Amino acid sequence: MMSLRSFRDPVLVALSLVALWQVLHHIAGDSAITAPAPTLTHLWEMIGQARFLPHLRETGLAFLQALAIACGGGILIGVVLGGHRLTGEVAEPILVGLYSVPKITLYPVILLLFGLGMPAKVAFGALHGIIPVVLFTMNAVRNVNRTYLRTGRTMRLAPMQTAWFILIPATLPEIFTGLRIGFSLTLLGTMLGELFASQRGLGFLLMTAIELNDVKTILAIAVLISAFAVLCNAALLAVDTRLHRGAAPETSGK
Amino acid sequence: MKKATWIRTVFLVGALGALEVACRSGAIPATMVTAPSAMVTTLVKTMQSDEIGGHIEQTLSAVAIAMALSITGGFAIGFILNWFPVLRRAFAPFLAAYYAIPHFAFYPLLIVIFGLGSTPLIVLATLFAMVAMIVATMTGLDRVPRVLLKTARIHRLSLLDEIWRVRLPAAAPHLLSGLKLAVAYSFIGVIAGEFILSTSGIGHEIAFAYDNFDNPRMYALILFVLAIVTAFNMTVYAYERRLMRRRGI
Repeated sequence: MMSLRSFRDPVLVALSLVALWQVLHHIAGDSAITAPAPTLTHLWEMIGQARFLPHLRETGLAFLQALAIACGGGILIGVVLGGHRLTGEVAEPILVGLYSVPKITLYPVILLLFGLGMPAKVAFGALHGIIPVVLFTMNAVRNVNRTYLRTGRTMRLAPMQTAWFILIPATLPEIFTGLRIGFSLTLLGTMLGELFASQRGLGFLLMTAIELNDVKTILAIAVLISAFAVLCNAALLAVDTRLHRGAAPETSGK
Repeated sequence: MKKATWIRTVFLVGALGALEVACRSGAIPATMVTAPSAMVTTLVKTMQSDEIGGHIEQTLSAVAIAMALSITGGFAIGFILNWFPVLRRAFAPFLAAYYAIPHFAFYPLLIVIFGLGSTPLIVLATLFAMVAMIVATMTGLDRVPRVLLKTARIHRLSLLDEIWRVRLPAAAPHLLSGLKLAVAYSFIGVIAGEFILSTSGIGHEIAFAYDNFDNPRMYALILFVLAIVTAFNMTVYAYERRLMRRRGI
């Protein structure tokens, strides 16, 4: 019922996107955009090839490391900033300023600091992802309802129990939203890092294909990354809505 | 001034001073980071040379067009999606995943469709920035308190009046944060495009300076971009504060 309906509409949109792609192919021709079916078969062939796997692994590793840093570091910093009010007030405008700065201009600086290769990609991805995680975590910790904490004290909960029964359930929905946004931005940052001055990875393959004007490969990689991004995001979004639904009475009661 | 503002100012000035000292004393080699004062002097010198003007003009006009298109278009689309829940449900997963898609992969395609020059860059930046505005518009309109809409109905406002006098002002804070994001993303779109696949513009100049180990020029140009974006954001922020104060928040 509900779940079927919520699936049907996005699937329709996805189908119309594929149709649009086909139409574009007919307008622009093979040199600009290849048709959906050949692109997908090309993608399938590419994944089967041995030389493709190291690139995929490189990108995956860079992304996972960046994601780990962005999530772990972001939550840690966010909890500290949210727990201590003055530090949070000092840091928040700086973070918001950093968030809205076009970070791509800072990439040469990252390259100079970390050198070419994996560390620079990881740093650039983490730089993109960490700030939303920090901001969301900070706000979540700051907005924990004081009544809950007082109730906990009345019930003489131990600090560990307070954390487990009150703080984590109260902050989880907001933090998860931060993590979801951080996930997308980390992926974006890692890919951007690979497009510029890189020797391995999907971004590198993409750049080579762009230079060779190998449209089929360009689109195949773009489809692969987009599909990965959209699917992961849909899953995260589903968890996110579920968490927020659980937290709904609390927010509407305020 | 508030205590937090003081501490922040002291902290930022101190960090800048520490960087300056570290660079001047050689603790951080000049091949990595140049001293902030050197960045500023190089920036002034670069601005005085006449060849940079064309690049700046090209980048800024591309950003301005992309910004205008993405803000108006994003607002319109966000409004429509908010008005028709069916459309919104259909598009929501795609909007949420949008920023994880590597847009730059589609740049060659845009070149074939729109030709060389700044048009594909503008299209790329617009596509990139518009979704931030769409999402902000939808959240803003979602958060309009029910009671305001009821009041509007009691006053028998026409639909247009209700939208203009109630919905939009109530959604303004979210619209403004969407605006800020759209500006930042327009810059990212244009500059990243220039970075990777262009032969002119500030982004290309930064990448060119990086490739030629011309660090002072690179840092000066980076500083220039960051200064412009920050100045714009500060203006919006100041306006936002005034809006908030008028509402007594």
